[in-house]
Amino acid sequence: MSESSNAPLKTTPLHGLHTRLGARMAEFGGYDMPIQYADGIMAEHNWTRTSAGLFDVSHMGPSFLALPELGGGDEAHRKVSALVEKLVPSDIAGLAPGKVQLTVLLNENGGIIDDLMIGRPPREDQQGGLYVVVNAGTKENDFALIARAAQGEAELYRADDRALIAIQGPKAEEVIAAIFPDAVALTFMTFKQIKDTPFGNVVATRCGYTGEDGFEILVDAEHAEAFANRLLEDHRVKPIGLGARDSLRLEAGLCLYGHDLDETKTPVAASLSWMISKARRERGDFPGAQRILGELKSGVPSRRVGIKPLGRAPAREGTEIHNDIGETIGVITSGGFGPTVNGPVAQGYVDSSYGKAGTPVKLLVRGKSLEAEVATLPFVPARYKR
Amino acid sequence: MTTYYTSEHEWISVDGDVGTVGITTFAAGKLGDVVFVDLPDAGKSVKKDADMAVVESVKAASDVYAPVTGEILEGNSAIVDAPAKVNEDPEGAGWFVKIRLADKGQLSGLMDKTAYDAFCATQ
Repeated sequence: MSESSNAPLKTTPLHGLHTRLGARMAEFGGYDMPIQYADGIMAEHNWTRTSAGLFDVSHMGPSFLALPELGGGDEAHRKVSALVEKLVPSDIAGLAPGKVQLTVLLNENGGIIDDLMIGRPPREDQQGGLYVVVNAGTKENDFALIARAAQGEAELYRADDRALIAIQGPKAEEVIAAIFPDAVALTFMTFKQIKDTPFGNVVATRCGYTGEDGFEILVDAEHAEAFANRLLEDHRVKPIGLGARDSLRLEAGLCLYGHDLDETKTPVAASLSWMISKARRERGDFPGAQRILGELKSGVPSRRVGIKPLGRAPAREGTEIHNDIGETIGVITSGGFGPTVNGPVAQGYVDSSYGKAGTPVKLLVRGKSLEAEVATLPFVPARYKR
Repeated sequence: MTTYYTSEHEWISVDGDVGTVGITTFAAGKLGDVVFVDLPDAGKSVKKDADMAVVESVKAASDVYAPVTGEILEGNSAIVDAPAKVNEDPEGAGWFVKIRLADKGQLSGLMDKTAYDAFCATQ
């Protein structure tokens, strides 16, 4: 998803901290971001799986969509939901208060413009507002799209000048409990605002991108560094760069936009049909509905699956997938080494007739045909707090 | 035995007409944790500056270039079995291959330790 351009790189409110921590920095989504710290990707990955990792994800696009007046209960929620439901196939109106939904923005052909999170506020006096978080590299376009869909009815307030800090891993809950005791009651994919903390008003979401339990905390820029330092004072917490973030999400079977998802793929092809809610299928009122409903009924030519190389060689993005007679049946969209799996892991798109877990396939790596098989995702079981 | 260095961060330590080749400590540090190494088979001819081996970290794959033209005598199976050895001792136990040099004259185009350290300081 990195966009190359000559524009100067943007920085997050934690940029100075990364530099002081000795991070190796690189461009990602238009931002100068930490790829790894001194311990390296392998150690950072393993630390997150066994303790708690701090990730700066402030490059992402948090925002709030709000009707002119908040409050007004279910009716206000239905009204604001209808605005974003013009762009996504999920049942936003049907979300319970406090619930967050992972969904996709669709183009008129049902292709995926981005994946994003949409949350319904828990409190009665906030109904008519939505918490919306989009990806870094796509956010300008996404925000424009959402603002246009809501034009005249609701206002989109960007919050990407704040810091978004993820704390992920089996000890994330204990760490957060000591700072925001109110956040511990959250379960997976729920969120709430917590007011008057030592770090100002924050928004805490129980979610993440690692397969582990954890939180993403939206905090004002002026408090970002103090909050990050408070987390890092805890011996259970270490800073983790985008390198380990990628190996963690790959093992967790999660998609990276621009690699595993793009506008040529529908949610059905991306094996994300679960996002298309029953109510929306019945109404058929989302972009590309005709194509997507057809695919749900009759299948798709190719779809996203896990791919497990059986040897030690990683298969990277762009690697061709072949059948046993050497015909091309698909392509790897992201792949690398999984430290927890202790071997290579990948995902890609294959002709649907090869989509069943356990199907043997070949990977063309540097001219050699390597053994692999279609695998069930995730590679590492999720440990979300449900 | 004299050790020479390339601008692609390989080292070659020469004894008679046999050179032992690996990647430098600087290169290993830049790569990060090595998780896979693909070495050429014994008997294969390699050409100076052409890709000869592959080293993969968690994040990416990188080519390793032959510092000289010659014939591969042996690959280091220890780093194939335990790729982390490349990070632990890149200029020792983490060597990649032994090459029989076709033309020792090619060595004069490589850097010595002092020149290489100065080169790394600019990277």
